[in-house]
Amino acid sequence: MTISNKQMTKEMIEKTVTSLSREDVIGNKVITSKWEPKLQYAWDNGPAIGRYLAELKNGKLIAKKCRKCNRIMIPPRMFCELCWRPTDEWVYVKDSGTVNTFVISHVDWKAGRLDIKGGVRPFTPAVIEIDGASEGMGILHMIDEIDPQKIKIGMKVKAIWKKPAEREGAITDILYFKPR
Amino acid sequence: MVKRVAIVGVGTTGFRATTPDVSYRELTYEAATKAYLNAGIEPKDVGAFVSTAEDFTEGYSIADEYSPDQLGAVLKPIHTVPGDFIQSLANAYMIIQSGFCDIAVVQGLSKASNMLTKSDMITFATCPFTWRPLKESHHAIAAMEMNRFLQSSGNTREQCAKVVVKNRRNALNNPRAVHGTNLSLDDVLHSEIVSHPLGRLDIAQYADGAVVCVLASEEKVQSLKGEPIWIKGIGWATETSALESRTWDEAVYLKVASQMAYKMAGIRSPRKEIDFAEINDEYSYKELQHLEALGIFAKGESGKSVEAGLTEITGEFPVNASGGNLGCGATLELDGGHKVIEIVLQLRGQAGTNQLKNARTGLAASWRGVPTTTGAVAILAKE
Ligand SMILES: [Zn+2]
Repeated sequence: MTISNKQMTKEMIEKTVTSLSREDVIGNKVITSKWEPKLQYAWDNGPAIGRYLAELKNGKLIAKKCRKCNRIMIPPRMFCELCWRPTDEWVYVKDSGTVNTFVISHVDWKAGRLDIKGGVRPFTPAVIEIDGASEGMGILHMIDEIDPQKIKIGMKVKAIWKKPAEREGAITDILYFKPR
Repeated sequence: MVKRVAIVGVGTTGFRATTPDVSYRELTYEAATKAYLNAGIEPKDVGAFVSTAEDFTEGYSIADEYSPDQLGAVLKPIHTVPGDFIQSLANAYMIIQSGFCDIAVVQGLSKASNMLTKSDMITFATCPFTWRPLKESHHAIAAMEMNRFLQSSGNTREQCAKVVVKNRRNALNNPRAVHGTNLSLDDVLHSEIVSHPLGRLDIAQYADGAVVCVLASEEKVQSLKGEPIWIKGIGWATETSALESRTWDEAVYLKVASQMAYKMAGIRSPRKEIDFAEINDEYSYKELQHLEALGIFAKGESGKSVEAGLTEITGEFPVNASGGNLGCGATLELDGGHKVIEIVLQLRGQAGTNQLKNARTGLAASWRGVPTTTGAVAILAKE
């Protein structure tokens, strides 16, 4: 016999289930076990991402070209996954581009709610197709300095960089993209 | 009728202590390029791919999603086995057996050097309620097993040390090995105690590397240039995880896995019908324990056999001619891949200085390491 949700009355729940409250857990009223994992890695980034990050520190975006399919790929890669061959020359591309897609997010990266009504700006991540790279080749970043409601697919944007002394060879050396 | 399946191409980067010059992508790309060239295929010829990855060792969650590019597997059937390479090999074998496709690819990788807190990661694999609060090191768990195994089998710590001397010496002549060295028995017996009776030199060091194998059905083998090595039998098993009640005296997981493989291969007397083996020796005693579980030597006979030189490259039943894990390194999920590629090279007569005479049938046996009780076996042959 199966019981539908409708049949599962509040009364039945109260008779069969003992709910735990937050106080039960943090007040040690129930037996708990705690472990904080220590998981540390030092990922080797390899020659492609390594050079990409180093160039970000220089305030430049670099891509790599496959001569067979003629794609200019960013972030760069050492081999073309479609042609199955090593990629060829490094190509500097522009720090501007076009919005491929974007989102106006009311939750932060941990899915915690942002106080939008209280004046917090929604997160506005976007995929930006970079000028000089092949069509469809973009980087994931943020858009700012624009009312989120006015962001549009196809909008032209430009990178705003950290000051040279503050750059550390990371994707965050670009602060965000803004309309141009 | 059961289809015959062969390994027609192998590729590896070899095993190195660190690989700071490449990411996991380029590491696999190198092994895959070699394997495809070796088989005479291109990725477009492949019907299905199987990768091997465990999120915690890769340092990525959902690590399987990062598998396709470097195998040429974009928009192709691919899945990941979070186990040992030989379990992936079994998956690819079954994919071909089922008639789904005629060519399948298996990949495995180790970036052990990127794991900064290995002990913590292994501890994280233990039960949070009954084991973790006791804060046992993983080497202590292995040493408990070693104590029980030596006591019940009658093998000795000196015989375990002989395994270390043999395997690390074998590694000196293997260009794919990284931990080759010439040690004396005394060096091993007097290395610092880690967890008695395990000394520092009884424990394999880690290594990075990648292995890719190309498998094909018998029909397809004819039209490929790669020299086929046939998968005669394959087996895998996991015992209870419970430290409280697992079998400590013998590697029962490998006993069961090998019986499954022997049955498939029609092998009744492994010692006579198999010529050599590459087996997990992450800890020195594991080579002896695994040899007995595989039925190569009777209980209590493995240590004497090693001492008598039977398992040397020149012996009657060479074991870990490649150097094993002690000589090539412990490679996490890639363990079986290291074994399989060394067997294939031996059977093809491409093992260089360490080439064995009369290598016609070889056995690969892997273990997933502490705290697991998972082992896998593959029996490979020229015919
Ligand atoms: Zn291409």
